[in-house]
Amino acid sequence: MDTNPQPQHTNRQYEEDLRGLRQGLLKMGGLVERQIAEAVESLVERDSDHARAVIKNDEEVNRMDVANDEQCIRLLALHQPTASDLRFITTGLKITTDLERIGDNAVNICERALELNEVPQLKPYVDLPRMAEIAQSMVKDSIDAFMRNDVVLAQNVIERDDEVDHLNYQIYRELLSYMAEDPHTIGPATRLLFVSKYLERIADHATNIAEMVMFMVHGKVVRHMDKKQK
Amino acid sequence: MADKLVVRHLSAYFHAVRALKDISLSFPENHVTAIIGPSGCGKSTLVRCLNRMHEVVAGARAEGEVLLDGEDIYAPGVDPVQIRRRIGMVFQKPTPFPAMSIEDNVAAGLSLNGLRISRAERDRIVEKSLRQAALWDEVKDRLRRPGASLSGGQQQRLCVARALAVEPEVLLMDEPCSALDPISTARIEELLLELKSSYTIVIVTHNMQQAARTADLTAFMYQGDLIEFGETRQIFTNPERRETEDYITGRFG
Repeated sequence: MDTNPQPQHTNRQYEEDLRGLRQGLLKMGGLVERQIAEAVESLVERDSDHARAVIKNDEEVNRMDVANDEQCIRLLALHQPTASDLRFITTGLKITTDLERIGDNAVNICERALELNEVPQLKPYVDLPRMAEIAQSMVKDSIDAFMRNDVVLAQNVIERDDEVDHLNYQIYRELLSYMAEDPHTIGPATRLLFVSKYLERIADHATNIAEMVMFMVHGKVVRHMDKKQK
Repeated sequence: MADKLVVRHLSAYFHAVRALKDISLSFPENHVTAIIGPSGCGKSTLVRCLNRMHEVVAGARAEGEVLLDGEDIYAPGVDPVQIRRRIGMVFQKPTPFPAMSIEDNVAAGLSLNGLRISRAERDRIVEKSLRQAALWDEVKDRLRRPGASLSGGQQQRLCVARALAVEPEVLLMDEPCSALDPISTARIEELLLELKSSYTIVIVTHNMQQAARTADLTAFMYQGDLIEFGETRQIFTNPERRETEDYITGRFG
C-alpha cells in the first residue's frame, strides 16, 4: 500500500473520535513515562515523599486507562471500523492496558523504595538507573512508533528488550553474591531484586506495544515469535 | 473449491459508455461472494451480465466470456431463458406478482419455463421452496392469499422462494435487503448462510457490514474496474489496495 497520508473520513465525528483516542493514548504514554522516571528517582535519591506522590499519581493513569477504553468501545459500537481503522482501535485497546500495567510497575518500584528508604543503603545504585533509562526510552519509542506508524522504530524497541533482560540477570547475580556473603542483606537485596524485575516487566510491556504496532501497520501478528522470524 | 462461474475479460456497454472494463474473476461453488463499491461502479451491471439480463436493456451489450460449469453462456446458440433458469435472480425491491396468490407466485417460474407437472408435484415444490426461503411457517395457512398481502420482508423471501422453485444452480441477489427492516434483513442473511450449501450465491450490496457478515469472498469495484477480490476477512481487516481501504473505512475523497 502506498505511504501517502490517508484522506480524512467523510464522517467528521468518526475522524474526531479517532483523533480523541490518539490524543488520549499519547497523553497517557507521556504520564507513564514520567511515572517511571520519578519512581526510579525516588529510589535513587531515597526521597519517600516523592515516592508517595508517584503512587498518588497512579490514580490519574488509571483514569486515563478507563477513558481510553471507553473511547475504543465507543468507536467500535458507533462506527463499525474496518481495515487500518480497526487495527488502530484494537491496538489502542491493548496498548492502554500495557500502559496501565507499566503505571502499576512504577507504583511497585515506589513501594519498594519506601521500604528501602527505612534502612541504610545496601550499595550505590548503578545498573538499576541504567536499566530504568533503557526501559523508559523503550516506552517512549513504542508510543512514538504507534503515533507515527513507524515499524523500524518498533523493531528497534523489540531488539532493546535483550539489553534489559541482560541487565536484569547481571543485577540478580550481583545481589545474590551480597546475600551469600551476609544474610543481613537479604531484606534490602530481595527488594532491589523486585525493582529490577519491575523494570524488566516495563520493558516487556513496551515490547508488547511495539509488537502491536507491527500488527497495526502490516496486519501481521509478530507476537510469540522468535526474534529472527519478526 | 470448484469454480461455478468464471468471468473472463468481460466488458459491458450502454451504447458508447463502457460500464465494465475487462473484468475477470471466479465465483466458487457453494460460497457466498459479495460485490461492493460505490453507486455507478458497475456491480449491478456485472451481476446482470452473469445471467444475460444486461442485454435486455436497449443499447446494452457485453463482450467477453462468462463460463457456467466451463461453458460460455454467451456462446452462439445458447438460450438465455435456459441460462436464467439455471442462474436465478432476486432484485432490490420485492417484486411479487401482486394479484397472484402466494403459491402461484412461487410456481410462476415453473409454468413460465413450460414445465408440465402434476398438482401434487407442484404442491411439493411450492412447500419445499417456501421452506428453503424460511417463509413456509408464516404463510402455510394462507397460500391462496395474494402476494401483495405480505409484508416487505416476507415479499422478498417470497421472491427468493420463486427463484428457488425452478431449482437454479446459482442465485444472484442485487441489493436484496435495501428495502427491508433489520429483522427481515437478518432473516435474509441467515437464509444466505443456509442456502450456500446447495447454491452458489452472488450478492450485490451497499451495506458493507452485510458483506462482512454473509460473504466468504468480497469483490470491490470502482468505476467499472475490479479493484480487489479476496477473502472477506482479509478485505475487511487488511486490504491490499489503497482504494479498497479508503472505501471500506469511509474515506470518500
